[in-house]
Amino acid sequence: MTAQEKTLLPLLAGLCPMHAVLDTQGHVVQAGPTFAKLFGAQPPLGMRFLDLIELRRPHQAEDMVALLACAGARLRLRLRASPHTALKGVLLALPGGGAVVNLSFGFSVVEAVRDFGLTGADFAATDLTTEMLYLIEAKSAAMEASRKLNLRLQGARIAAEEQAFTDMLTGLRNRRALDHVLDRLMQSEQDFALLHLDLDFFKQVNDTLGHAAGDHVLQEVAQRLRDTVRVDDLIARVGGDEFVILLLGMTERAPVRDLAERMIARLEEAVLYRAQECRISGSIGITLSCAYDSPDPARMMADADLALYAAKGVGRGCARFHEPPDQDVAPMRGIA
Amino acid sequence: MHGLVNRAIERFVRDTYGRDVWIGTIHKLDLGFTEFEAMMTYEPRITEQVLTVVGNRLARGRDDLLEDIGTYLVSHPATEALRRLLRFGGVDYVDFLHSLDDLPERARLAVADLGLPGLELQDRGGGLYHLHVGLPEGHDLRLGPVVVGILRAMADDYGALALVEHQGDGADHEIIAVRLLEEGFAHGRAFALGVGGSAA
Repeated sequence: MTAQEKTLLPLLAGLCPMHAVLDTQGHVVQAGPTFAKLFGAQPPLGMRFLDLIELRRPHQAEDMVALLACAGARLRLRLRASPHTALKGVLLALPGGGAVVNLSFGFSVVEAVRDFGLTGADFAATDLTTEMLYLIEAKSAAMEASRKLNLRLQGARIAAEEQAFTDMLTGLRNRRALDHVLDRLMQSEQDFALLHLDLDFFKQVNDTLGHAAGDHVLQEVAQRLRDTVRVDDLIARVGGDEFVILLLGMTERAPVRDLAERMIARLEEAVLYRAQECRISGSIGITLSCAYDSPDPARMMADADLALYAAKGVGRGCARFHEPPDQDVAPMRGIA
Repeated sequence: MHGLVNRAIERFVRDTYGRDVWIGTIHKLDLGFTEFEAMMTYEPRITEQVLTVVGNRLARGRDDLLEDIGTYLVSHPATEALRRLLRFGGVDYVDFLHSLDDLPERARLAVADLGLPGLELQDRGGGLYHLHVGLPEGHDLRLGPVVVGILRAMADDYGALALVEHQGDGADHEIIAVRLLEEGFAHGRAFALGVGGSAA
């Protein structure tokens, strides 16, 4: 080591607190205060640098010659002892023999400040580590606040959608929801039965007992319809006393007919409103998606409407399938 | 006004006086909600209205209320994250004071649209510092007293003995005087750099 080096090297402690000076044999002869902190209370003076720290890139090194061979290169290193902290560094040869190594943490810094109890004073005044730690914490806090806001907004959106698709009086789906589901069924080419239900004698309830009674009856109807269909089926209230029911996966007439009959039977059970018996019934027009080469929602709705009209024509309280015009019209058994 | 400001007022009232006091107070404004979103923006007049009803409810003058909020922001466990972010500014209280010029810029790195007032520290020598707090644009809400509360609480945090006083308004700024009596007066609160780190 030259006399000039002896004067200048102590300056390194202030400029590069994580440096070490190595002698010609690769032993640590001077250690910056932060470098020393990596090894506990005592500066590791006299220890072989490569016994303390493992050089991993650009190549492994077992002796000082190998270390000096990568002078000036970006080094990737690791503490040999636990917690095996990853380090970055650079090594420069001293003209008088030996070398200076300067280290930093890179991405391991978050764990390192905790593992070694480092403070702002352990980093050089020009070092951006503290700013980086600040940013990590500030951004994490801001992200967390944004994440919570997103969760609340998502909850609000789901609630709003639910409300937009719900008939507020009965809790059934509304026309908008029906259109939505029909579109989806068309796109996924799923078969279903479409039932158009119109209540019979409902107007009389409204006229004689008032709108409150009518509302009560509609709510009761909704509950009875829900009891009749399966969980995945859809019931939408599409008008004052009109409902559309989609029975998913139904391609046979017989089970659909059974269900429609059960539905009408349930509707004909008296509804009590303030000790008054309200009696209604329902007519149903039915069409099956599998009856069409390429089903179209508007066409199916129109056909179910025709079938409903036919059912009403035969008498109240009965269900009819839509029949293509060229086939014989065979009315279903009336239930009333 | 950034939601974080309104949220800070809300958290101060809730954490210090309880949920009922907050709900009872905010209902008076009939805003249609009782909680501010930290990451949304509100009309400046809402902040003004909130400060007025909160001040009336707590029988605190505007400046006292703002200073209490500043103290709360640094010293309450619920706002530990903010205290930590401020502590990143300096290794000791003087270093921290000198970092205040950068604070709006630092805050902007984390929350781009926060829009803190400009801060400028003047070293008058002999341990006396003057901090100029810019008056915000677009509204006339003065935040100087909040800064007074923060500076006092941060002095405690660093263990420094300092007198902090609001000295009134200049043309486009408020002036806060900090007289540092003793840097290492007491053991400050611990601050470990590591994220969520325990006391070092």
